[in-house]
Amino acid sequence: MGFGRILQGEVIAIILGMACITFLTRFLFVAVLGRIRISEKAIAVMRFVPIAVLTSLIAPAILAPRGYVDFSFVNEYLVAGLVATAVTYRTKSLILAIVVGIATILSMRLLLL
Amino acid sequence: MTLANEREHSLKEFRSGLKAPLPLALGVISFGMAYGMIAIQGDLSFLESTLMSIAVFAGASQFIAIGMLMSGAGALPILLTTFMINSRHFLMSASLAPFAQRWKLRWKVLLSFLLADETYALTISSFSKNAPSKYYQLGVGLNIYIIWVLSSMVGSALGPIAGNPQAWGLDFALPATFIVLVVPMLQNWRDFAVSFVAGLLSIAGFIFLPGKWYVTFASLLAAAFGWGLVEFCKAK
Repeated sequence: MGFGRILQGEVIAIILGMACITFLTRFLFVAVLGRIRISEKAIAVMRFVPIAVLTSLIAPAILAPRGYVDFSFVNEYLVAGLVATAVTYRTKSLILAIVVGIATILSMRLLLL
Repeated sequence: MTLANEREHSLKEFRSGLKAPLPLALGVISFGMAYGMIAIQGDLSFLESTLMSIAVFAGASQFIAIGMLMSGAGALPILLTTFMINSRHFLMSASLAPFAQRWKLRWKVLLSFLLADETYALTISSFSKNAPSKYYQLGVGLNIYIIWVLSSMVGSALGPIAGNPQAWGLDFALPATFIVLVVPMLQNWRDFAVSFVAGLLSIAGFIFLPGKWYVTFASLLAAAFGWGLVEFCKAK
């Protein structure tokens, strides 16, 4: 199995390195931007960031759940995503969106298999 | 506000932050357990696998690091990949920075450490509706952190005996959460346009770019597109 060549100590070093790098990506802008004033316009544009980030996390997860793009109605994740969007519009309930979405996925698998 | 009132208010914010991630706990738990199992299959010891969840706390890059370790990759490519995968957090922390300006350094350090995708999504969605509170963000972050560490420990302890969460559709919990969070943010045609462009670009990036680069790529360009829209509309 695996990586017998790598010593325990090296694994620990890799883990600690990963921890430092991850922290840096999360901390740098909070630390640096804290010292300068942020303009109204920058805040208006920052409004788009969560929309852009969330959408780009969602799109591949539902359009390419198996690693390749599947833009069809036999892709149960895409259908579940559309159903969850409709549920959100009507109820704004997270639990309902998840439950109805997962139910969609499982029933489509039952029907299509 | 008196000191006692303030403490009570902070505690209230902290509690509502702690509660906020509960609906998506299922998604984090299945993801964390899957990580723990894969780490054991990849020859990490229980302690190493747990240490990674405690110290790194970044699901996607942990999965990929295990995969790279299994294929015999050394420290440098793994660290470089970690940086690329997590570069999306630059954008997230930049968008939280306006709220963080008044916080003390130790709060910035603590909340930055806890800033996972899910923490960001819940926090920014709350900050755009309610008064921003660092205690709320702390509650959200701590909850997800604890769930992540515990479920990865359970996964490592169970090892390869447990099943695959994908078979039960549980991996849909995460995208469903993001959908519920983003839909109410779409309030005018510009928001829709930015979201549409981000979706198109993320798919293009998913096909053509390695790892999780598609998130950074699509978010940056789509936010820049939104900036263009704001500028263009003012010019008219």
